[in-house]
Amino acid sequence: MTVTASASESRPPVQRWLAIWALALAAVLVVFLLRDSMSWAVNYPTEAVIPVADWVSALMRWIKSNFSWLTRSITAVLGVPLDFALNLLAKNFKIGHGADMFVLPRLSWVGVCAAAYLAGRAAGGWKLGALVGGCFLYIALFGQWTSAMLTLALISIAVPFCIVTGLFVGIWAWRKPWAERLIVSPALDLMQTIPTFAYLIPMLLLFGNSPVSAMIATAIFATPPMVRATMLGLSRVPSEIDDFSEMAGCTARQKLWKVLLPSARPTLMVGVNQVIMLALNMVIIASMIGAGGLGYDVLLALRALKVGEAMEAGLAIVALAIALDRLSQAIAHKQAKGSAHQEARRSFWRRYPNLTLAIAILAITTLLSLFVPAFAALPKAMTLTTAPLWKAAVNWITLNFFDMIEAFRVALILNVLNPVRAFCEGFPWLGTVFLLGLAGYQLSGLRLAALVAALTAFCAVTGLWEKTMATVYLCGISAFIACLIGIPVGLMASRSDRFEKIVTPIIDTLQVLPSFCFIIPVVMLFRVGDVTAMIATVAFAVVPAIRYTNLGIRQVPPALIEAAKVSGCTKRQTFFRVQLPLALPEIMLGVNQTILMALAMIIICAMVGTRDLGQEVFIALSKADSGRGIVAGLAIAFIGIVADRLFNAWTAKARARLG
Amino acid sequence: MTEATEQTLTTAGKDARPIKLACRNVWKLFGANAAHFIRQRDGKASMAEVAAAGLVGAVRAVDLEIRQGEIFIIMGLSGSGKSTLVRCMSRLVEPTHGKVEFEGKDLLKISDAALIELRRHRMGMVFQNFALLPHLNVLENIAFPLGIQGQDRATREARAREVIELVGLRGREHFYPRELSGGQQQRVGIARSLATKPEVWFLDEPFSALDPLIRREMQDELMRLQTMLHKTIVFITHDFDEAIRLADRIAIMKDGEVIQIGTPEELVVNPATDYVAEFTRDVHRAKVISARSLMRACDGSEHGGTVAPDARISSFSADIVAAGKPFAVVNGSGEPIGEVTPQAVIDLLAGIEHPRPGA
Repeated sequence: MTVTASASESRPPVQRWLAIWALALAAVLVVFLLRDSMSWAVNYPTEAVIPVADWVSALMRWIKSNFSWLTRSITAVLGVPLDFALNLLAKNFKIGHGADMFVLPRLSWVGVCAAAYLAGRAAGGWKLGALVGGCFLYIALFGQWTSAMLTLALISIAVPFCIVTGLFVGIWAWRKPWAERLIVSPALDLMQTIPTFAYLIPMLLLFGNSPVSAMIATAIFATPPMVRATMLGLSRVPSEIDDFSEMAGCTARQKLWKVLLPSARPTLMVGVNQVIMLALNMVIIASMIGAGGLGYDVLLALRALKVGEAMEAGLAIVALAIALDRLSQAIAHKQAKGSAHQEARRSFWRRYPNLTLAIAILAITTLLSLFVPAFAALPKAMTLTTAPLWKAAVNWITLNFFDMIEAFRVALILNVLNPVRAFCEGFPWLGTVFLLGLAGYQLSGLRLAALVAALTAFCAVTGLWEKTMATVYLCGISAFIACLIGIPVGLMASRSDRFEKIVTPIIDTLQVLPSFCFIIPVVMLFRVGDVTAMIATVAFAVVPAIRYTNLGIRQVPPALIEAAKVSGCTKRQTFFRVQLPLALPEIMLGVNQTILMALAMIIICAMVGTRDLGQEVFIALSKADSGRGIVAGLAIAFIGIVADRLFNAWTAKARARLG
Repeated sequence: MTEATEQTLTTAGKDARPIKLACRNVWKLFGANAAHFIRQRDGKASMAEVAAAGLVGAVRAVDLEIRQGEIFIIMGLSGSGKSTLVRCMSRLVEPTHGKVEFEGKDLLKISDAALIELRRHRMGMVFQNFALLPHLNVLENIAFPLGIQGQDRATREARAREVIELVGLRGREHFYPRELSGGQQQRVGIARSLATKPEVWFLDEPFSALDPLIRREMQDELMRLQTMLHKTIVFITHDFDEAIRLADRIAIMKDGEVIQIGTPEELVVNPATDYVAEFTRDVHRAKVISARSLMRACDGSEHGGTVAPDARISSFSADIVAAGKPFAVVNGSGEPIGEVTPQAVIDLLAGIEHPRPGA
C-alpha cells in the first residue's frame, strides 16, 4: 500500500511540469501565430534598443583619452622584454643606425633545434627529444622559421606573465573565499566564454596595432587555467601536510611558499601546460592586431585564397603546438612522478648536463652564424615547399569531385541549414526568454531562472537578436552533429581497448591544434560559407564528446558490472541498464563542453563568411568599433553561460538522483 | 584483598612528575554559534542538548593531565574525536571552550608569535600518512623544520644527519619520499619531528598506515627511542593492542568524551563501562596484569621464587608453573608483601574468571 501511496505522491510534480510546459509552448505558439499584431514580441522593436554599444564606446573613448599616459607606459615597459625576445629568436639585434649599424645575430636555427631536442630528451627520453627536435626541424625545412620564432617569442614572454598573474590571483582566491565566490569565479567563467576575438578590440583601441597589444590580449586570455590550477592545487594539498607546516612553526608566508605551493606542483604544471596551449591559440588569432608570426601568414594566405601557403603555415602551427604540448606535458608528468635521488651536490654542469650542453650549442652555433650564413638562416636551396602540391591536390579534387562536393554542400544548405535557420530567426524573442527561464526554474530554481532570462534578454535589448539566433542555430547544429559523431565513437572506444588506442592519439592531436587550423582544409574543399563553418566546428568540437563518453563508461565501478553479470544481465542489458545510465552525467558534461567549444569555433568562423555575432565582432574589429565588438562579445559569452548553467543544473540533478 | 588492589591502583595513579600538558574541560563543537552555546551553559552540556542545538560535538568536556616523560595514549575508534582532541592540544584546531595548559600556561591565550615559537622548539608531531614534502629528499625533509627557524644549511644538515643516524636511515639521505617504503617514510617523519628536540611529541596514529609486521617493528623502535630521549608523548591509536604495548596511561574516547583514563592494567582489571570492557576482553591478560594485582596474603607455604610487584604475569608464568610452588612478591627492600600461586596464574592464562583468592 505504501508503495502505491508514495508513487502517486511523486507523480503530480512530473505531471504538473508536463502541463506547464504544454501551456508555455502553446502560449509561445499563440505569440508566433499572432506575429502580425504582436510583432514587438517576435522581433525586438528597433526603437526600444538600449544603446549599450554606444555607452561602451563612449567609456572606451574616455579611457583612451584620459589614460593614454598609462597605456603608453605599459606599452613601453612590456615592449622591452618583448623586443628582446623577438630580436633574440627572430629578428636579430640591431645596434646603432645607418652605416655604423652593427647586427648581433639571432639564435641560430641549428642551435634552437638542438636545444629543443635536448629539452625533449631531458623531459621524456630520446623519443620525445626526437619528436620535439623534429617538429622544429620541420618548421625550419619548410621555410617557416622566422614566423614560427616570432610566434614563439610572443608566447615565451606572455606565458611567464600568465603564470605569475594566475598564481597570485589563485592564491588570493584560495585565501579569501568571498573573493573566490564573488569576483574570481564569475570573472573566470566570463573570461573563458568570451570569444577570443572580443579580447582583441579593446586591446587594439588601448594599445594600438602592435605585438604588445597582442601579447596583452594573449596574457589575459591564457591566465584563467593557471588561476584554476592554483586554486585546485592548493585545496588538494593533504590536510596533514597543512598541519605539519603549522606544527613546524611556519609563518603564513613560509607555509605558502615552502610547503603548500611545492606540494601542489604537479597540479600547477598541468595549469602551465594549458596556459601554453591557450597562449599559442591566442597568439595565432592575435595576428589580426599585429602579432605577426604564423597566424599572420595563415590570415594573409586565407584572405588571398592561397590555399597552399595557408596549409603550410597551418602545418607549422601544428608542429609548434605538438612540440610545446608534448614537452610541457612530459615536464608536468615528471613533476607528478617526483624526482629520483642523486648523489650529493655536484658542479652545475654535472647536475644539469642537458641545460649546459644546450646553452653551449646555442652560443657556438650563434657565433658561427656570424661567419657562416647557413647557420643564420636555412639556405633557400635546402627549404622544401609543399604549397604547389597542396594546390595541385585541391585542383585535382575540385576537378574530379566538384559536382559531388557541390551537391553535398547545396543539399546541406537547402535541407538542413536553411530550415533550422529560418525557424530560429523566426522564433519570438520573448518566447525564448520565457522558455529558457522556465527551464532554469525547473532545473534549479528562481535564481537560475532570473540569470538565464536576464542574459537572454540582454541579447535582445541590445538589438542583436537576429544575429544571436544565427549564432545559436549554427552552433546548435554543429554541436548536435559533433555529439552525433562523438558519442558513438566514445561508446565504441569504451568497449574496445584496441579502438581506444587508435582514437586516443587522434583526439589528443585534435585538442592541441589551434582553432585556426581547422578552417584551412575545409575552406579548400567547400569554399566560404555556413557549410565550411559547420564542418570546421564539428571537427573542433567533437573531442570532448568522445573523451567524456569513453571516460564515463570506463569509470563505472567494476563491482557494479560484476553485480549486473551475476544478476544475469546479457552484455547488452549490462550496457544499457547499468553502464549507460551511470555514465550519463559524465557524458552530459562532455556534451556541455562540446557546445562551449562549438560556440568558440563558430565565432572564429566569421573569417569564412558567416552572418552571426562572430561576424559582428569581426567587423567591429576591422573598424576598431569597441562598443559594437564588446557588446557582441558579451552576447556570445552570455549564450555560452546560459547553455553552460542549464546543462550543469541538469547534470547536477542527474548526479543527485544517482547519488 | 579487593581493598588492597584498589589502593595499589590509586597509588599507581599518583605520580611525582610535573604535569606537562593538561586539558581542562575542553570542548570542540561544530555548527553555528557553537561558542555562544557552550559559554551560555557554562561549559556543561549533555550529548542530547548538543544534538538538539544542531551542533556536532567532536570533543566534549575533556579533562586530562599528561605528565613529563609519560607515554599517554588516546585510544578510540574512528570518529571518536581523538584526532580532534590532539589537534586541540597543539591548537591546530581551536577549541570552542576550555583551557589547554602547557606547563600551567593557557595555550589558548598566547599570541600567534609565541605559538609559532612554541611549535618550533618545544612540540613535534608525526602524522598517520607521513606528511612528507614530496619535492624534498630525506635530508631536506628532516632539515626542513630547522630551516624554517632560520638555521643555516651546515648546522641544520649536521643535526639532520644526527637524527637520520638515530632512526637508522643512514645511506638514504638523498632519496625522495616516493622511493621509500611506508616504514622508511615514517622513520623520516619521526626523524623530522625529533630534529627540533621537542619536549612534547604528538604522534597521530603513526603506525596505522603500515603493515602489521612493520608496525610491530616500529613500535619497538619507538620504545627504544623513548628509553633514550624521555619525551612527553601523546600517542593516538585505534588499536588497543598497540596501546597496551606502549602506554604508561591510556585515555579511552567515545563520541568525543573521555570515558576512562588509566594504566593498561587498570583498564583491564577495572573497566569503567561495558564499552571499555568490550575493548579489553580479548586482551592477552598475562601481559597486562602485574603480580601485585594477582597476589594474595602469604599463607606460610614454601616459595619457589620471588618477583617484583610490577612484574607482568607473562614474565614469570612459565617459571611458576614449572616450579609448582607460589612465588613471593617482594618490594624494593626485599620484604615479602604477598604471594602469587601457580593456580592463579594458570586460571588467568586459561581465561577462567575466578573469584580472586581471599575474596
